[in-house]
Amino acid sequence: MSTTVQERPVIPSSAGAGRSRRPRTGGSRRSRGNHPLWFLAPAFAVLAVFFFLPTLFNFIYALTDWSSFKSEIAFVGTQNFADLISSGTLLSSLRITVVYAVLVAVFQNVFGLLLALLLERDTRVNRFARVMFFVPVVMSALAVGYIFQAFLKPDGALNGVLSAVFGTTISIPWLGSTTWTLVVVALIHAWKWMGLSMLIYLAGLKTISEDVLEAARLDGSTAWRTFRDIRFPLLAPAVTFNVATALLGSMNGFDIVQATTGGGPARTTELLNIFIFRTFGQGLFAQATTMSLVLFLVVMVLAFPVIRTLRKREDVL
Amino acid sequence: MTTTARTPARSPGGPARRRGLNDHHGPWRRLQPFVAILAVVLVIAPPLWIAVVTAGKTQAEALNPDLTLPTRWQLWENVTAVWEQGRLPSAFLGSLLIMVPAVLAVLTLGSLASWVLARRSGRAVAILYALAISGIVLPPAVVTIVLLLRQLGLAGTAIGMIGVYTGMYLSTVIFFVTGFVRTIPHELEEAARVDGASPVRVFGTIILPLLVPTIATATILICLYIWNDVFYAFFVVGGRLDTLPLNLFQVASAGLYLNNWHLIFTYVVLMSLPLLVVFVVAQRKIISGITSGAVK
Repeated sequence: MSTTVQERPVIPSSAGAGRSRRPRTGGSRRSRGNHPLWFLAPAFAVLAVFFFLPTLFNFIYALTDWSSFKSEIAFVGTQNFADLISSGTLLSSLRITVVYAVLVAVFQNVFGLLLALLLERDTRVNRFARVMFFVPVVMSALAVGYIFQAFLKPDGALNGVLSAVFGTTISIPWLGSTTWTLVVVALIHAWKWMGLSMLIYLAGLKTISEDVLEAARLDGSTAWRTFRDIRFPLLAPAVTFNVATALLGSMNGFDIVQATTGGGPARTTELLNIFIFRTFGQGLFAQATTMSLVLFLVVMVLAFPVIRTLRKREDVL
Repeated sequence: MTTTARTPARSPGGPARRRGLNDHHGPWRRLQPFVAILAVVLVIAPPLWIAVVTAGKTQAEALNPDLTLPTRWQLWENVTAVWEQGRLPSAFLGSLLIMVPAVLAVLTLGSLASWVLARRSGRAVAILYALAISGIVLPPAVVTIVLLLRQLGLAGTAIGMIGVYTGMYLSTVIFFVTGFVRTIPHELEEAARVDGASPVRVFGTIILPLLVPTIATATILICLYIWNDVFYAFFVVGGRLDTLPLNLFQVASAGLYLNNWHLIFTYVVLMSLPLLVVFVVAQRKIISGITSGAVK
């Protein structure tokens, strides 16, 4: 079986590896017949129509006054950007989205890694626990959001339990704080997805050679030192994958926030996608497009440096 | 594969055995199962429990959802109420009608393209590959997709939705599968080619069977995403077609207004059941598929 990939499973770094291992001597002509380009056609046709073209449209329609109130679409230049900036919506939505994404990436990875370490041994209890932690991943994010909305009500179950434990009436409005609700919502997002991070960290832990750990153990290394100096650095590919997916997934977040707070209180949890959804519903298509373009540009600006930095950490090893 | 690589730690001793974090600390070894169970009970169970018990309550009892059991289970009444209000059968069919073709399309088109992208070299192919996987990172232009679908006459149709999902998830499939194809030795293909097999045949008989484990993992994740998606569905088919998440949103929007938590949670339970059942039945395969990923 393919031992070369065994090193890094699910973690996508393997994609770049192993390229052009084949000698180039005149092979390209033969390869042309053996691997015909028309195999690419259907996939690229779908990508062109449903992915590239709408993205291109984003750049165009963000500069128009397209809305449901008029039948004609006119060019207005950067008016939409100017409006969104002057009303403060653009910057506040942007800030909220980035803070949310960073919080989710941190929580989801810390929880996922802790779970992976806790449930690493292959016992019956651990297998059961892994399945349980994966249940939220399988559920719809919208459903998870509604569950937590009920769970975190001021007179809801969590405060009920806390009141019983501490013996006084506790009624914290978990979803009603203009400062902390964003953190709570990010925690819910991390709760839903930590099972997936856990599995990927488990896969990463599995790839670490038994000999290395055995050597560290014979040298009298403590569990914590082994983790800090050997296991964690060797998990780099899993960290790259998990951080990148958590960051990008939550930049694109919608369901959980919509179902718990709907963007409130006082729009302090209004992610870009919530704004897009709301303004689209109001018929302000050009504004929604502008925000969609902003999201696209921000992800583009953030994603590549993040992935490059994380990759660099892998190369050091 | 998994079983040979990881000898279960149930049988104690033996230096070659897989060791967990603190294996050489005896007390932790005995404590760990209890910590694991406690984590499940404290972290995972309460929210799931609240959904299940509230789904069995009357409206009055469910006004303020808590962890107590219903005084009388009336799950069945709630199910029948939600069945009609949430148009559950048509939502289920709608979800299925969109997910199955989208997943099939994404896998077929994706693997076909990946094979060629992995096997050919050169600048043009490298650029095509970069474009093809850009969708992993970049968010789809959700608003202008609607405009485009209107121009194509596909607005609000299942075909439009299937196309959008296919376009969104092709990148993921191409990324995973291309990475895997590069690890398949060329010799396997050559042998078939010497026997005079056409590219289609080589792909179908040699490459595709080898891709199954990789594709299986991608399938699981994409099914999850599409089945549970509400954001893109809102824009493309919202109000025109029923899907489970879209109808949950409707039921919940009305339910929150009317304080019908029992109906919201009945819907949540019913909607989560199909995937949960599939997951529980196939959990070993799914978990080992994701953890060993592109391997095998």
